[in-house]
Amino acid sequence: MSIPRKLWRIHGGLHLPGHKAESMQQPITDAPVPPELILPLQQHIGNVATPIVNVGDRVLKNQIIARAEGYVSVPIHASSSGTVIAIEPRVIPHPSHLTDTCIVIATDGKDEATPVAAVLSDYRQMDPAELRNRIRDAGIVGLGGAGFPAFIKLNPGPQLKIHTLILNGAECEPYITCDAMLMQEQPRAILDGLRIMQHALHAQRCIIGIEDNKPAALQALQAALHTDEHTLIEIVAVPTLYPAGGEKQLIKTLTGLEVPSHQLPASVGVICHNVATAYSIAQAISHQQPLIERIVTVAGPAIPKACNYRVRLGTPMKYLIEHTGASPSLPARLIMGGPMMGFAINDLQTPVIKTTNCLLALTSQELPKTQFELPCIRCGECARACPAQLLPQQLFWHAHAKDFDKIQDFNLFDCIECGCCSYVCPSHIPLVQYYRFAKTEIWAKEREKSKSDIARQRHEFHLQRLERKKREDEERKRKKKEMLDKVTQTDSAADAKKAAIAAALQRAQAKKATQASPQNVEHLSEQQRQQIDEIDKRRANPSTVASQPGKDNES
Amino acid sequence: MSTFISSPHTLFTNNVTRIMLLVVAALIPGIAAHIYFFGIGIVINSIICIVTALLCEAGMLKLRDRPLWPFLTDGSAIVTALLIAIGLPSLFPMWLAIIATAFAIIIAKHLYGGLGNNPFNPAMVGYVLLLIAFPKDMTLWLAPHAAGPAVDFVSTLQFNILGQLPVIAHFDAITMATPLDTVKTELGTGLTVSQIVTNHPHLADAMFGKGWDIINLLFLLGGIGLLYKRVITWRIPVSMLITIAIFASIAYASNNTLHASPLFHLLGGATMLGAFFIATDPVTASTTPRGQLIYGCGIGIFTYLIRNYGSYPDGVAFAVLLMNLAAPTIDYYTRPRVFGHHPGTSS
Ligand code: SF4
Ligand code: SF4
Repeated sequence: MSIPRKLWRIHGGLHLPGHKAESMQQPITDAPVPPELILPLQQHIGNVATPIVNVGDRVLKNQIIARAEGYVSVPIHASSSGTVIAIEPRVIPHPSHLTDTCIVIATDGKDEATPVAAVLSDYRQMDPAELRNRIRDAGIVGLGGAGFPAFIKLNPGPQLKIHTLILNGAECEPYITCDAMLMQEQPRAILDGLRIMQHALHAQRCIIGIEDNKPAALQALQAALHTDEHTLIEIVAVPTLYPAGGEKQLIKTLTGLEVPSHQLPASVGVICHNVATAYSIAQAISHQQPLIERIVTVAGPAIPKACNYRVRLGTPMKYLIEHTGASPSLPARLIMGGPMMGFAINDLQTPVIKTTNCLLALTSQELPKTQFELPCIRCGECARACPAQLLPQQLFWHAHAKDFDKIQDFNLFDCIECGCCSYVCPSHIPLVQYYRFAKTEIWAKEREKSKSDIARQRHEFHLQRLERKKREDEERKRKKKEMLDKVTQTDSAADAKKAAIAAALQRAQAKKATQASPQNVEHLSEQQRQQIDEIDKRRANPSTVASQPGKDNES
Repeated sequence: MSTFISSPHTLFTNNVTRIMLLVVAALIPGIAAHIYFFGIGIVINSIICIVTALLCEAGMLKLRDRPLWPFLTDGSAIVTALLIAIGLPSLFPMWLAIIATAFAIIIAKHLYGGLGNNPFNPAMVGYVLLLIAFPKDMTLWLAPHAAGPAVDFVSTLQFNILGQLPVIAHFDAITMATPLDTVKTELGTGLTVSQIVTNHPHLADAMFGKGWDIINLLFLLGGIGLLYKRVITWRIPVSMLITIAIFASIAYASNNTLHASPLFHLLGGATMLGAFFIATDPVTASTTPRGQLIYGCGIGIFTYLIRNYGSYPDGVAFAVLLMNLAAPTIDYYTRPRVFGHHPGTSS
């Protein structure tokens, strides 16, 4: 089968019950187009896309409805034809149930697509920059979960040499099988996507890492590999061990390289993409098909017939769940993602977005009864399970004590929130929750600090300015006095005239100096100054986050 | 704390009660041997200690305004009580057992903040209290089954609860110091090991026949069970036992007339109980992998030193308390290398 290859062990990890067979009984099925599509402007990490359609506009399938804003951003496409009926805040998939601007399309059932432009579709004749642009224009982001724009990961910059391109097909979370099914059904397209990325990166070798509990996927990819490619592309079975599919964990397992803390895989010459991303890239380059749908596993004990669906982006979760035949009411817990790292959804109108790999519906039986949280008994189970080799019990201790300096000393920010520690803790402490809390607090504090730094700078600048003004005033007075003294001393009219000219020059110079300094509050009334001070105070207030230091009065 | 539900969304697979019950289960073979060799006393002591522990625990929880049920059922008080009871001679005044247990639970555990927050192993604190305050009672052990007359249940009960001596014999006739204690005392008087054994024929029996060695072997068996069930890890017990073996071997090799054999140290006194059940108490031990090796090694060193040069018969309890004191520091300096960090740059 797969070529034997030396594999490296990651620390910790868990052997979890897989629950994968349930959703792999049937092939991937097309979910119908819902009557209403809700497309959030932010479905990726980075800048929010800007809508370029108006309410009332008719849009076609594949049409760009929001364009990328800045570098770290991708456009959004209409996933079916219809009419834009609203551009308004709707609930988006987010751990804290936020609402954000979405473009809402009432579909017309015609599913009419924009005409496909006759463009080059052979990637071998395109240079990397063009490939990246087309991948970007297709709206492709990492489909494994994080949602980072895919084209950026294909542009490591000239300094970094990429020797290895890894395709992540590990899919280590229980229940989720969308990648496994895609590998089984579309091995050719996935390999095409891999070749395109290899071409764009000039990577010397490619490895596809797949957990060894997916023999069918391994076999399908192996069979689809061209005979002359075996030296370039390796298909490797990695041990089934959660979280084998964590990016840094997979890189370690396959190459032995450890991505340094706070750095990207490219820093060790590796780029890692998800198999579903590779598939979408192949679709975009070879068929000019932008990202308007994705495979979503709908599974869990509250779903009578678990299955993988090809779902149009923007489909409300309620529609999809009803389509599976499950009860249309909210299950005891609906999770987007897997049980270990996914987050709870509490509004069924939440849409499926680019990063929705799984909808997991749990009944109350699979959920912990609200159990009493015992104190930490320092058993060390958590540290044995932690793939980041942290000491979760110490992190917990300091998070509990709100000692945010100490907790960073214990490398809180290397925590990948995999949940292994919470899973094994005999005291049932929701450890990950404590870490998220600590991270959020630290971020908030840092924002505060940078804001107060700005305020402090502004204050110091203000003092400096007053000081300088005082000095300049004194100088001016002194000069003037000297002049006057001189003038009174001399009787000569010519001298007086000379002195007058000199004084005028001095004045002009002084004036120029004042103007050259970047201040425009010199001539404000006392009232105006007070207003400005008040505004400054408001800005320094922690509740108003979005202060714009660049647009201060004094700068 | 944030109010939204946080991952993982799974059932728990482990709990504190399970861990504590497994520890109790693993103690049973050793206790059974104890009953065989020293009579039913250990059972009476255990019951007295457990009842005391639970009452004290409940009282302290009430005082500290903590919920009773989750803490009473966590099993930790029972383990503490059992560890104290196992260390007591079979014929032992009830009120002393109560004092030790109450002290362990009230002072050593709850005054430090209860489960998970106590820096010292409560059972060892209670035990050491008795060693220091009532040394005479603590060293009067019944002769093992093979070496002396057995004391039946009723007599034991009479002595332990009412303080009445068993009718069969004068107290001194049926009690003796533990082999560890005897060897140490006699070595102190200048005798050699072989002379001691000649003077105390039952010692040979107790040491290498049926007695403490069997009890130790059964505690070792229970410990292996805990390792198998992954309740404890190998580092602390193995490093402690190896350290004791190395020290004893060096001493024995240098002069085997003045030092007991390594086997005597490994299978004598509370070595196995200490290595697998006391030193591994998670709350008070070191938790980092390297730290646990150091911690076990430290207990081994102190145990050996106190056995040989201290004025108490066994050193395990003191050694554990001493290393409890060092555990937080050991942990701090043995933090594992975090993923993606180079060795030496832990932060
Ligand atoms: S697993 Fe839980 S009880 Fe054990 S050390 Fe970690 S946090 Fe403490
Ligand atoms: S959630 Fe963080 S601390 Fe817990 S096991 Fe995962 S990486 Fe380690």
